[in-house]
Amino acid sequence: MTTLPLVALVGNPNAGKSALFNALTGSRQKTGNYPGVTVERHAGRLALDDGRPVELVDLPGTYSLDPSSPDEEVTRDVVTGHQTGERVISAIIVVVDAANLDNHLRFALELIALGLPTVVALNMVDLAQRDGLTLDPEILSRALGVPVVPTVAVRKRGIDLLKTALTSLVATTQPHSVDTVPVGDASERRARAREIADAVIISERPASLWTRRIDDVVLNPVAGPFILAALLFVMFQAVFAWAQAPVAIIEVGIAALQDFATQTIPDGWLRSLINDGVIAGVGAVVVFLPQILILFAFILILEMTGYMVRAAFLMDRMMARVGLSGRAFIPLLSSFACAIPGIMATRTIEDPKDRLTTILIAPLMTCSARLPVYAVIIAAFIPPVRVGPGIGLQGLVLFCLYLAGIAGAMIVALVLRRSVTKGRGLGFMMEMPRYQLPGLHDLFLGLWQRAAIFLKRAGTIIAVTTIILWALLSFPQAAPNSGKSQIDVSIAGHIANGLEPVLAPIGFNRDIAFALIPAMAAREVAVSALATTYAIQSNGDDSARDQTLVERLRVGWSLPTALAFLAWFVFAPQCISTIAVVKRETNGWKWPIFMVIYLFVLAYVAAGVTYWLSIYFGL
Amino acid sequence: MVARCVTLDQLPTDHPATLGRIDWAALDARESRRLRELGFDEGAHVVILHKAGLVVHDPIAVKIGRMTVAIRRQHASAMQIAP
Repeated sequence: MTTLPLVALVGNPNAGKSALFNALTGSRQKTGNYPGVTVERHAGRLALDDGRPVELVDLPGTYSLDPSSPDEEVTRDVVTGHQTGERVISAIIVVVDAANLDNHLRFALELIALGLPTVVALNMVDLAQRDGLTLDPEILSRALGVPVVPTVAVRKRGIDLLKTALTSLVATTQPHSVDTVPVGDASERRARAREIADAVIISERPASLWTRRIDDVVLNPVAGPFILAALLFVMFQAVFAWAQAPVAIIEVGIAALQDFATQTIPDGWLRSLINDGVIAGVGAVVVFLPQILILFAFILILEMTGYMVRAAFLMDRMMARVGLSGRAFIPLLSSFACAIPGIMATRTIEDPKDRLTTILIAPLMTCSARLPVYAVIIAAFIPPVRVGPGIGLQGLVLFCLYLAGIAGAMIVALVLRRSVTKGRGLGFMMEMPRYQLPGLHDLFLGLWQRAAIFLKRAGTIIAVTTIILWALLSFPQAAPNSGKSQIDVSIAGHIANGLEPVLAPIGFNRDIAFALIPAMAAREVAVSALATTYAIQSNGDDSARDQTLVERLRVGWSLPTALAFLAWFVFAPQCISTIAVVKRETNGWKWPIFMVIYLFVLAYVAAGVTYWLSIYFGL
Repeated sequence: MVARCVTLDQLPTDHPATLGRIDWAALDARESRRLRELGFDEGAHVVILHKAGLVVHDPIAVKIGRMTVAIRRQHASAMQIAP
């Protein structure tokens, strides 16, 4: 634990806090958790003008010190010095949106009343100017009684002045906690905020109509939904099309690594472990990094520009039909990349029942981890024929799998909202920020943080499970010339034999039983598990080893089995990391267990129905 | 002209108005608090900028002060427009 002076960054949502945090700390950031609550702690270091380092903590955006969500509780407790596991703060930076003063000053007044060393960052002054406002920071500083620094966080303007102001604040006082939050009269504060805002705005010409003009188009009842659909279509197209080249490069790299291992490690179990276990397993997963990054780049841009809230606005009516609100659309869209950030994004949903429902259906959105599974099976069993102009059968099947996930999620939400999460929701209330160009630096930082999470996962959970699987498949070793295959004598063989009677009714063979066990760790491991299984089966048989996984599947599986396997993965019991996140976000085992059971049942039924229907239709 | 005693949900688009009495009793405590924090209160100046959907017009985007906020009609119907 560091003992550096702690400075808190506080403000309303949409005040540009995160951009300011990035501008102040650069990439020297650390993300952790507050003990006992599911709120992330974003902290970073910066050096003051006199060289002293301080730690800056970015607190969740809130409208007042009267909390209505766990996030907002943390904000109050940190600024008052009562958060467990957090030091008492030395100073506050209050971030206000220059173009939204009457609203943001209310919270600023409440914070200043705490009597802590405070500086106000008058942020996004460029957008205020664009909106036709001319502001006088001097008047604001005099009215509030604290220093005010105009900033444009996304363009890094005013950052040095803010640091200078901070330097003199941190110098002066010994940090102390605040025992009584001065309640004050909310409506009085509202009136005072309006009064100060009027004084600070020295001239106002009719607002430029940028945001309004864009909204007239994108929120148009007819054009709006089409634009949203088109954007999503482009996004998913890009995920496939743009990823091809980088994926090919990664594949070449993995093959080179395997060749290198073959040349340097003597033949034996160690080479098998490195090649068939570690490199094959982790490699099969790292290949998705480009797709995940492309999807996240789109989502981040949609969020940073302010379009995401518009999407929520357009989707609210539809989400209301299944008992959710437009707010749930944002986490669900993120879940197409990965359910984990999606589930974490549900924190912005204030209503606990809305939030729980969204968490429970998030794993039904087809996450990028399912793509490799779909891609391999589709390549093996669905012929690449055209069913219409520009529409291939393979793409159509993939599209249907995505749709099946969405439809499943909607039906499950409807059922949950009428049973386990019954009750009136908070409805839909959301501030619609002005449009703005995202800062490239913020975009790349966001992407880098996500890539790091993904690679860490590939490096740990996935590597460990593939190694365990490799060991289960390789030991005990079959005696040479005994006539028995390695699979049959291995530990995994015995486990899979035990599972077979349960899975046989839905058309799954023993190889699938193998693949499903490690797929619990991460869905995409199903592919590498099949690859490892067939690699070990083919041991010593060079012609078999040269066959690709796709060719092996074509020979070994029937079409109904393949289709049932796809149906299983639409509802697939999610990966261990998702279960862990659900446990953390819902504070207990009750909901993750509920989720695993309902998904298992759905997956089993869906696979069974698909299998028997395709047999019935003679496929 | 706007008829007497209309509520916010009935206000036409692009028609500046001032909020009158708000029926806080029709909203639950969390809803009222959030709406107050977003600036919905007696005397606030509002304009409806957008309405979603062709038939039901729900939710609506309301400009309140210098901020634009999306709310559902059900909440808007608890807010009267000052004559």
